[in-house]
Amino acid sequence: MRDDSKTPLLAVRDLHTYFHTFAGTVKAVNGVSFEIGQGEVMGLVGESGGGKSVVGFSILGLIDSPGRIEAGEILLHGQDLVTAGEARLREIRGREISMVFQDPMTSLNPLHSVGRQMDEVLRLHSDLDAGARQKACVEMLESVGISRAAERLKAYPHQFSGGMRQRVVIAIAMLAGPRLIIADEPTTALDVTIQSQILKLMRRQIAETGASMILITHDLAVVSEMADHITVLYCGNVVERGRTRDLIANPAHPYTRGLIDSIPDTTHRQDRLRQIPGSVPDIRNLPRGCNFRDRCPRAQTLCAEQEPALTQQHGSLWAACHFPLAPGETA
Amino acid sequence: MTEAAPMLDVRDLQMHFPVGGGLLDRLRLDRSGLHLDRPTVHAVNGVSFSIDHGEIMALVGESGCGKSTVAKTIARIYTPTGGQIRIEGEDVAGYGFAEMLPVRAKMQMIFQDPYASLNPRQKVRDIVAEPLLEQTSTPQARREVPAQIEALLARVGLNAEHAGRYPHQFSGGQRQRIGIARALSVRPGLIVADEPVSALDVSIQAQILNLMKDLRDEFGLAYLFISHDLSVVHHIADKVGVMYLGFMVETAPRDVLFARPRHPYTRALLSAAPSIKEDRSTEEIVLSGEVPSALDLPSGCCFRTRCPFAWERCARERPALQDVGDGQTLACHLVDEPERDSTWQ
Amino acid sequence: MTTFLRSEFFHNYTRSSSAIIGSALMAFFVLAVLVGPFLVAQNPYDIASLNLMDSYKPPVWVAGGDAQFPLGTDGQGRDVWASILYGARISLFIGVVAMVASCTIGTVLGLIAGFYGGIADSIIMRIADIQLSFPSILIALFLMSAVGTGVDKVLIALTAVGWVVYARTVRGSTLSEIEKEYVQAAKVAGLPNHKIIRKHVLPNVLTPLIVIATIQVGTFVLIEASLSFLGVGVPITQPSLGLLIKNGFDVLFSGLWWTSVFPGVAIMMLVFGINLFGDFLRDELNPRLK
Repeated sequence: MRDDSKTPLLAVRDLHTYFHTFAGTVKAVNGVSFEIGQGEVMGLVGESGGGKSVVGFSILGLIDSPGRIEAGEILLHGQDLVTAGEARLREIRGREISMVFQDPMTSLNPLHSVGRQMDEVLRLHSDLDAGARQKACVEMLESVGISRAAERLKAYPHQFSGGMRQRVVIAIAMLAGPRLIIADEPTTALDVTIQSQILKLMRRQIAETGASMILITHDLAVVSEMADHITVLYCGNVVERGRTRDLIANPAHPYTRGLIDSIPDTTHRQDRLRQIPGSVPDIRNLPRGCNFRDRCPRAQTLCAEQEPALTQQHGSLWAACHFPLAPGETA
Repeated sequence: MTEAAPMLDVRDLQMHFPVGGGLLDRLRLDRSGLHLDRPTVHAVNGVSFSIDHGEIMALVGESGCGKSTVAKTIARIYTPTGGQIRIEGEDVAGYGFAEMLPVRAKMQMIFQDPYASLNPRQKVRDIVAEPLLEQTSTPQARREVPAQIEALLARVGLNAEHAGRYPHQFSGGQRQRIGIARALSVRPGLIVADEPVSALDVSIQAQILNLMKDLRDEFGLAYLFISHDLSVVHHIADKVGVMYLGFMVETAPRDVLFARPRHPYTRALLSAAPSIKEDRSTEEIVLSGEVPSALDLPSGCCFRTRCPFAWERCARERPALQDVGDGQTLACHLVDEPERDSTWQ
Repeated sequence: MTTFLRSEFFHNYTRSSSAIIGSALMAFFVLAVLVGPFLVAQNPYDIASLNLMDSYKPPVWVAGGDAQFPLGTDGQGRDVWASILYGARISLFIGVVAMVASCTIGTVLGLIAGFYGGIADSIIMRIADIQLSFPSILIALFLMSAVGTGVDKVLIALTAVGWVVYARTVRGSTLSEIEKEYVQAAKVAGLPNHKIIRKHVLPNVLTPLIVIATIQVGTFVLIEASLSFLGVGVPITQPSLGLLIKNGFDVLFSGLWWTSVFPGVAIMMLVFGINLFGDFLRDELNPRLK
């Protein structure tokens, strides 16, 4: 754990979230720990099956059967959300923690006008009167870059384009002044020019409100432009974490190295990409020892016998690897 | 078939789709009386380019720019509304089913979605053999198909034991390999690849890109490679075409385009792409607003509604693609009045 | 077989009491239809085996009952239990055959409408719409009065009302299937339309039909019973369960209730069993509930 004297905004300790399906137990999150301080942006990175979305849902208490949080703590201001009741969670969702999803249509109700959906959040989480709520909604829409906001409040979600809808979702997420925003692939469905607009908007909102953010994404490039810290997940485990610059420039874990090398470099010519061989193992049937060893160029017999623990590496990095990379070393 | 003819030569390709709905849905009443609406999506509006044997051409652009429609029209999933599609000199744009069959041995396609592009009820060996079986007529040739399928699967990194399985037993990357084997089965000269790696995880994406490059070298394949991801395009393409709202706005050899993008849209696209590199060489052009509807194209230049340099000429006159040297072509009025843009190189 | 026993479908089946009860009822009737007639001494349609002296015997547990006729007899001395076994045979035969015919015709028309669109689609779907705006029993009644009665005529009437639901379902699934990339891949592979339909579209639109087909057998048994009850169904020489109810109905209020009530209970149990099992299938095969 990091040595912080003050309590962080959110601390996740040894989180285990399993899904009990007919075909076997899916250990989607299998011992994940991290902390986020006030005003920080943490990138949660991994490929599909890494468990990054499940971490987000676990924090919000949105894990439904057959899923279950088996063990661990999720401490918001020191209060454990795992043991908190549904009533307390409902209070927290929207007010203290809000969420932005990949597909804006899943978080917007197509039957209600945008204004009504925004008003609902304020009715639930503030004691403003109707006039003040209306004013707050207009201001919020304007601050996410929607012009003619008072008019657009009456519009329905389908009357907005994809990028505009994501702006509305962000406006709703920011409305109650949350301390933490969980953004799950917020720009994956958007075009690159719209993506850059939305990322700018999110950065500005965070800077202005001092909120923290967990940015869940598969896209290392997006996360490297947004996040202060990065946590890399593989098969439900944290394999590496640290400050963004350290982690991108000199990762210690071969998986992180592989991910970075897989991205084609637009600044110089490469004949072949350095690829990670193989594919993610069946998460219902994980190998003993290190989960990454079958795809790892550095794997040795120890990796098959013993699961590596997170240990401190160079710079700000922590990595779960028996044979971590030194700075500048290639896999 | 002349040796000199390029593998694919597309001239003024147009693809317009009438918007669906029956008679009753299209009736409209206004002051001047009852009308029958005929709304049309102008998906592709006169696109021209050519690809040599063994060459990789990428089409980039954002959703709705018509790049996938170009791919599917060339693969003759759609019949083009206008223009020519010359495969080794032979114009196949108006071909019927029977005429297309021999052409399909020269041109195959790889699809975007590794889950939707394989029939869940077919075994891998039947999926891969499908194009090949349509091209083999003698029983003797048919007997050789299973051995050919096995060799193909081995070439794309799968093994013989995989042939008897169903698609759901494979990961996304393996499914894309199956799709590649299917396309290769008839030994085509051209493969149209519609966003072949955009649904894959980044580590798997690198595997597939490497495989596609190896196959190009081995079989002398030409690719028409559709992608929205500029880093992928930079890695794989020999030349690049940038599309916007059904128009080609710029084409150039890969290195020219990335070193000196000229169309304001290309520059915006390049500068908007996030990068893990800290230093940004290109100055950022931020676009406001979103892509206009293809149902109702803007007058003049298609990009003028979002272009930071647009002036009245852009609304009046549609710029044509013109050669600006170094193999680069450009559809922008700035070519004539470069003083309007201080960053123009 | 062992893979089936280990499948999730079978696992859920063993944990669903409604599925077990439903399939048990269905199995009982199928068995009764197949071997039942060999288990009863009397063939109720063999006039020679009937004895008028046995008429209107009550069920065995009522005073005056006869162990030879466990559920009593009707006015001609016909064993009600034997009549039910023979009647269920006709009811189920009509239900299943009409379902198979409806399913085949509806699927073919739905595939044509969905795959080719245009005029064919408009014509087929407008006919379907018109048909859906009438109660099916009314259409069947109208057809029966036009073509006359008989088992074959009942089959024609039921098929005429039954194909619509398949055509609509198959057309809808076909429209979504032909947008899928594997159908486009088949086009690029050079497959002719009939092969694309047979190899790629048809196998992928069949699953939802299993549920419809199961429930439809129950619906058809009921419609046939109604037609027979109204006197335009099967002929008196081949009495289905519905006709048994009608025959007993005339004397129902004179206290001779068993001739009508037992065939009624049989229909109810048969349709109840089919619907229970159909609901289980619907839950299991619906990918959205997974």
